[in-house]
Amino acid sequence: MPLNFTLASRNLFHDRLRFVATMVGIVFSVVLVMVQMGLYLGFGDMVTRMIDHADADLWVMRDGTKCFEDPSLIDARKQGAYQAIDGVASAEPLVIGFSDWHMANGAITPVFIVGSNLDGPGLKPWDLSAGSVDTLKGEEGVIVDKTYYDRLGIDGLGAKAEIRGQPVQVTGLTDGIRSFTTTPYVFVDMSRARTYVGIPKTYANYFLVKLKPGADAKQVESAIKAQSPKYEVMTTAEFRERSRTFWLFGTGAGAALFAGAILGVIVGTVIVAQTLYSSTKDHIDEFATLRAMGSSNRYIYTVIIYQALLNAVVGFCFAAVIGMAVVYFTRSGALPVVITPWLMGSIFLLTVVMCIASAFTAILKVVRIDPVVVFS
Amino acid sequence: MSGAVLEAIAIKKVLGHGAGQVHALRGVDLALRGGELTLLMGPSGSGKTTLLSVLGCMLTPTSGTVSVAGHDTANADPETLARLRRDHIGFIFQSYHLFPTLTASENIQLALDVRGEASDRAKLRAHEALARVGLKHKIDSFPREMSGGEQQRVAIARAIVSNPSAILADEPTAALDTENGQAIMAILADIAKEPGRGVLVVTHDTRLLPYADRIHRIEDGLIVGVENGAARAADLRPAASVGTH
Repeated sequence: MPLNFTLASRNLFHDRLRFVATMVGIVFSVVLVMVQMGLYLGFGDMVTRMIDHADADLWVMRDGTKCFEDPSLIDARKQGAYQAIDGVASAEPLVIGFSDWHMANGAITPVFIVGSNLDGPGLKPWDLSAGSVDTLKGEEGVIVDKTYYDRLGIDGLGAKAEIRGQPVQVTGLTDGIRSFTTTPYVFVDMSRARTYVGIPKTYANYFLVKLKPGADAKQVESAIKAQSPKYEVMTTAEFRERSRTFWLFGTGAGAALFAGAILGVIVGTVIVAQTLYSSTKDHIDEFATLRAMGSSNRYIYTVIIYQALLNAVVGFCFAAVIGMAVVYFTRSGALPVVITPWLMGSIFLLTVVMCIASAFTAILKVVRIDPVVVFS
Repeated sequence: MSGAVLEAIAIKKVLGHGAGQVHALRGVDLALRGGELTLLMGPSGSGKTTLLSVLGCMLTPTSGTVSVAGHDTANADPETLARLRRDHIGFIFQSYHLFPTLTASENIQLALDVRGEASDRAKLRAHEALARVGLKHKIDSFPREMSGGEQQRVAIARAIVSNPSAILADEPTAALDTENGQAIMAILADIAKEPGRGVLVVTHDTRLLPYADRIHRIEDGLIVGVENGAARAADLRPAASVGTH
């Protein structure tokens, strides 16, 4: 181990109270950044969850549709024409929209209806913990997520309610299909979905297009647009990005999360800078002695940078443990914190950069050391 | 005895500005010869420490020249001066200036580490230096676990470990009792016997006179006398007071 590293670590750990204060600051800062960015990722995943689970290569929608939840209508009668396009395996309409769920006790709560053709590719419930998709073929069958028992006033399979005056019965339960809007998703078949959201039979909100193997998506897109100039055609990835961008940046939610993360970085930088500066000031005689002994400025900077790096590594380790605990405890919450290995790596680098940047004031202090002070 | 390892010619140093200006050194000539222990004596405010700082390349003279092991320091930038200190000068301070979080051995290794010497060899040399000052048994002791005399001996080991041609000591016995002061001076005198190395001790303690080969007296920023240490010691001998105060 280099001796300047030994000196840095001993100086750092020598004053335990200051070290603990530094760690609290760094951990608070890094956890704040981690949680904010984890929420950002979790939010990003959540707002595109429906798109991610739809069985589609291309999405056809009304021009200017901002996100999946945008209830703009398109002509459902185009299905045949789209299916006739070379390269298209299927084109299934999808109906979505808000409606009211009337509980048995008379209470009402908003729900988000998702209606798909049950016999073809589309958007059907996944992660079922009870019941099956086929139960939606019944006249009253709906599938909801079990985390919404209280919101929907139900207690399991067989529970009854009404949507737009139509009786429904819970015939299936999913596990973890939660909405970031907190409005419960209700999966139904497409024809009943139209009834529940109140749109005519000739309308839908999307067409989910599956391509034949080897088909050129661009050509199919052009062909669809040629038939429907006022519609947009996007790949799943493109629609995912648009929807994500809308919710994160169009609504300001992402900006708020970023602002929190930036605040964390600022707090962390200030705290580390303050403690490094005071540590350097306390050890100024030692740095002056080093300078008197003929050490280069670079050698002294290395000692300070090592201190900063040690702060970063130790602080990050504590923060990572707390971050993973937050991930664990929010995994089934309304908005789970998602920390990917990439995010973890990025935050580690950020922590290192933050701590090294914090060393700047301490280095400025050291630059001004006059070695003559060793004689005083 | 050999040539000058450190030489100052016509050194003047003005400190402060305007009305607060002080002529700390007013044309000092001093040559520290290899194989000699030189004392620089004078009352408080005579310019001893300023001269030591100039000789140690920590303070740039207002005029005059300083050469360290034959290297002229005129117009040298701070990093060059640091390199000269690193390569040619060892320092011993009144208050030791050991690093409290490092062991005795590590404190000494630090003097080699700043020179970029590999740690294994540095460790070996640090242990040799500690043995030379009689502290082989304190290798892993921290400064707080050592007496003042032992700490000063560690500081001496740190000063000599890189084999510098000049050792500059600022009141090295001031904080020590007579016994420890004598022990420290005996070590410094022994170190000064090496032909290529000169030791300059700044002091106002007359008890150190018997250890000196030469004595420079400084008053009001001027060297007012240079004496032969042996002759001076002989003068003092009848008093039988050396090192027993």
